[in-house]
Amino acid sequence: MTDWAIAVTPPRWRRWLLAETPHSRLQARLSRTYLSWVTFARNPLAMLGLIIVGILVFLALFAPWIAPHNPIAGDLGNRLQPPGESHWLGTDQQGRDIWSRIIFGSRTTLLIIFMVAITAAPVGIAIGATAGYLGGKTEAILMRLTDAFLAFPKLVLALAFAAALGPGIENAVLAIALTSWPPYARIARAETLTVRSTDFVAAARLSGASDLRILIGHIMPMCMPSLIVRVSLDMAGVILIAAGLGFLGLGVAPPQPEWGAMVSEGRTQILEQWWVCTYPGVAIFVVSLGFNLIGDGLRDVLDPREG
Amino acid sequence: MKSFARVVLSVATTLFGLLLVTFVISRLLPADPVLAIVGDHASESTIEQARIQLGLDKPLLVQFGIYLGNVLQGDLGNSIRTGQPIAEELLRVFPATLELATCGVIIGVVFGIPLGVWAAVRKDTHIDHLVRFFGLIGYSVPIFWLGLMGLLVFYAKLDWLPGPGRLDFGYEELVTPVTGLMTVDTLIAGDIDLFKNALGHLILPASLLGYFSLAYISRMTRSLMLGQLRQEYILTARVKGVPERRIIWKHAMGNILVPLLTVIALSYGNLLEGSVLTETVFAWRGLGLYITDSIFGQDMPAVLGGTIVVGMIFIIINMLTDVAYRVLDPRAR
Amino acid sequence: MKPFLRSALQGSLAAVAILASSVAAQAKTPADTLVMAYVIDDFISLDPAEIYEFAASEYMANTYDRLVVIDPDNTSQLKLQAAESWSVSDDGKTFTFKIRPGIKFESGNEMTAEDAEFSMERFVLLNKNPAFIMNQFGLTAENVKDKVRVKDPMTLEVELDAPYAPSFFMNCLSYTSVVVDKKTVMEHEENGDLGHGWMRTNYAGSGPFFFRSWKPNDSLVLEANEGYWDGAPKIKRVLIKNVTESATQQLLLQKGDIDVARNLTGDQVTAVSKDPNVKIQSKPKAALWYMGLNTKNPHIAKVEVRQAMKYLVDYDGLGESMFAGTGIKHQSFLPDGQLGAYNENPYSLNVTKAKELLAKAGYPDGFNITMETTNKTEARELSASLQNTMAQAGINLIIKLADNKTTLTKYRASEHDIYLGEWGSDYQDPHSNAEGYLMAPLAKRNQWVDEARSQKVLAARDEKDSAKRAQMYVDLQKMALEESPYVIMFQRVETAALRKNVDGLIIGPTFDLNLYRDVVKH
Repeated sequence: MTDWAIAVTPPRWRRWLLAETPHSRLQARLSRTYLSWVTFARNPLAMLGLIIVGILVFLALFAPWIAPHNPIAGDLGNRLQPPGESHWLGTDQQGRDIWSRIIFGSRTTLLIIFMVAITAAPVGIAIGATAGYLGGKTEAILMRLTDAFLAFPKLVLALAFAAALGPGIENAVLAIALTSWPPYARIARAETLTVRSTDFVAAARLSGASDLRILIGHIMPMCMPSLIVRVSLDMAGVILIAAGLGFLGLGVAPPQPEWGAMVSEGRTQILEQWWVCTYPGVAIFVVSLGFNLIGDGLRDVLDPREG
Repeated sequence: MKSFARVVLSVATTLFGLLLVTFVISRLLPADPVLAIVGDHASESTIEQARIQLGLDKPLLVQFGIYLGNVLQGDLGNSIRTGQPIAEELLRVFPATLELATCGVIIGVVFGIPLGVWAAVRKDTHIDHLVRFFGLIGYSVPIFWLGLMGLLVFYAKLDWLPGPGRLDFGYEELVTPVTGLMTVDTLIAGDIDLFKNALGHLILPASLLGYFSLAYISRMTRSLMLGQLRQEYILTARVKGVPERRIIWKHAMGNILVPLLTVIALSYGNLLEGSVLTETVFAWRGLGLYITDSIFGQDMPAVLGGTIVVGMIFIIINMLTDVAYRVLDPRAR
Repeated sequence: MKPFLRSALQGSLAAVAILASSVAAQAKTPADTLVMAYVIDDFISLDPAEIYEFAASEYMANTYDRLVVIDPDNTSQLKLQAAESWSVSDDGKTFTFKIRPGIKFESGNEMTAEDAEFSMERFVLLNKNPAFIMNQFGLTAENVKDKVRVKDPMTLEVELDAPYAPSFFMNCLSYTSVVVDKKTVMEHEENGDLGHGWMRTNYAGSGPFFFRSWKPNDSLVLEANEGYWDGAPKIKRVLIKNVTESATQQLLLQKGDIDVARNLTGDQVTAVSKDPNVKIQSKPKAALWYMGLNTKNPHIAKVEVRQAMKYLVDYDGLGESMFAGTGIKHQSFLPDGQLGAYNENPYSLNVTKAKELLAKAGYPDGFNITMETTNKTEARELSASLQNTMAQAGINLIIKLADNKTTLTKYRASEHDIYLGEWGSDYQDPHSNAEGYLMAPLAKRNQWVDEARSQKVLAARDEKDSAKRAQMYVDLQKMALEESPYVIMFQRVETAALRKNVDGLIIGPTFDLNLYRDVVKH
């Protein structure tokens, strides 16, 4: 009975969110977000993406409890076992359980995504917002720099960076971050241009706030929403570049599991022990597809014309 | 004219930026570049001599100036592994990549544009969803892995397609390089069997690259097409009773042709990049394999040389599309 | 629109099908050509005075004649090549060589003692990587023109600064005595470079094969010398393609797209040996996988710790898996095949024994220690296994992977705790490794230099009686097994996988003894 009642008259929070005349800025904002979510949730593919990423996060968080075997300790007597009961996806050339390595590899993947996001986004936002807020020569120089970086081949440049810095997760993150900030700078600049002349920035300036303070306290927060969306759209690309680096031996230092490196290591056995390089590749594909599906759904919501 | 000057200026700054970045990378190296060159049994004086020869004793700014001058004159230094001029080596491997990327783009255009149009016309139907999903898969799959799987299935297991390389291995050296494009060179040699062989070797890697370009082109075509189909003139044409096929392929297509050209050019640039990992898997001796081999061989000057060339091609493609856009699109003039 | 799409699809599918069928029908490799996949990216030069890399020295061996070479079947024997005979003076300092008459270079010029003299002088004067081998005998850029002399048109004389064991000098000469065509080389001399600039990418030799083309990192083409003095090769052409991916090599071999794959991993060798169309040929090479333990580290300074580590390697497990077909268990510093090599392997994985030794040294609970190695597949896999077995006795191995140069730079500066890598003999004489491991450079890098030990090494070098000399090396190796800071584990085995119809490829004990001239394709 009660269930049915809910379906007919939405609960108060929904009514509040769906109000046609919002009473506050916050309500308007939340209302918009909620409507977007409803559109997003109606897209089955986008939801599939969300589920995939959810599983990834779950695996990464609880890896030690989910993984049936130690992902690092090998056993030469047990190497290159085909998929079976004790090893669902078989074992690799060191006798390590591939399924357990894939589970622990999800941590590496998430870590890289996260680190790239928190490195590249602040750089982009700082450059973009500064350029947009200050204008003039500073803007010209900063945006030229951004354009120059944008015209570079991303993967090749990341490869060159990583090759120069040597293998290791920090270097891989640095290499990817160095090549992925320019779009963020562009977005931050565009957002800044729209809020630069708004009343509350003018008010802050009148009350004597410094440029730096206005930038950090007022302008940058306004850039965040569109930036977060853009960053999430880029995640799949970051995963693929990271996997590519790993494949070329420029990723995480062994014995830590990384999916791209696992494909590469399994390559020598591809004819006889196909599972060694097949499954990590599937993992990369599924997770990157998950992020792409979410991104696609987001794009639909935010820009229905393009979608 | 003014806009043309702007294009030139932007190309120049971008190029400068590219060289600055590669220069910085070359100084990031943890290992001393001198030790890499002189070998195991070198004495202190030999090392010092090499250091001076490489100009490493000069201030950084001067070094950058010299570097800039050298690169602009087409001197990318010598490869550490082979001792040969990098520019020469790149020139030799480049046609292979060009051939591969071109075939990839052709496949991407031939399949991507119709698919994109189809999806746009059937917006929100199953066909639309299917095309979009198919494209998303192309965006998501690691190309090096797909290449391995392709070789495993179509070459190793089924034997439908030839394997790695640009020709069957025993024949590759029998073709005299004229253009460096294997398909063209075999035709020049007049050997139709070898030509077929070269085409066969192109199928798998080019299809892979083509898939990626298809994913991008079909998505952009769909979105551009949707933009047109909403326009009033389309409605007018429909009311007037113009056949639907004519409306789409003549009217709407005519209007998106210029932006579509940009899309195709950009996807061409992306394929050059995609070729890096594809060539590695297919032993395709082009720019991409040159770069990855150099990475494995710790030959940093060669890696940077390859980066500069790919970067320059990127910049040139961007410039050309920019110019084409201005010339072809009356609104942009 | 739909018809367009359909026809486009159909058209392309049809094209693919036609192409695929026509391609599959083609013959795989030309009958008169040996097609070989090989990692030849270490080629930096084609000049025999500069060649010092594995694959490049194989090229040299097949395209040039040397005065003498080592017999691939019996490494303690010499084989005469460009020299018809040789002798040594009573004081042991002067060597005389008679040049074989009738040897013709590709240019048509006949080989004389003048060519041999020029080649040997050039080798020393250019002072490239391998020149130090000749410097050992007092032949330097300053005096080589006096010490190497033409006695008559077909006789060459070489004078050394001291009487060394003749086997020592001749073993070294087997690598360094390449004879180049003086006239051809000097025609291309520029600014007194003795033709080096030209020779880096060209050829002036008389070997069983002539050089045809070299594309760095890509391919090398050789063509049979129909007029070779020792009989023309049976195959017309040798085509070597640089295929860096071992998986690709395996694929191509099993599909018949190549005749020989040279760089398969242990697992791949095991896999292809089951293929009825493929056969395996292998030979131990003079290169050893080892850990260098730096005695500067206070833990390693204790000999018990060093011994414990020798008990913490899964020699058999590794030998049967990763190194199956590409390495054999070997624990002494002289590789099998060299004079005096000691082939007993007293150590095996024994955690209890190792723990006892560690307790005796005062580390019942083990310790942490770092190990430097390169990020190449073999080193990576080997270090992962070592990490595993060391942990069983409480030694926590922290692995630092970097590129080869970074690691080596650190190692050369003696800034490592443990270094894992491969050491190949510079030339096929026991002195190369005895000096390396017991005097310099390895002993210096690992801080294990001792005057008395060095004296013993030099005494062995100069011993003229070969049997006595061999015994001296055996004693040194037994001592090193006990005390040395080297955990020597495997000797590299070079394995070639061939199609069944290919015969006669010689894989020798060193790369300059891998020969193609007897190859036939049935």
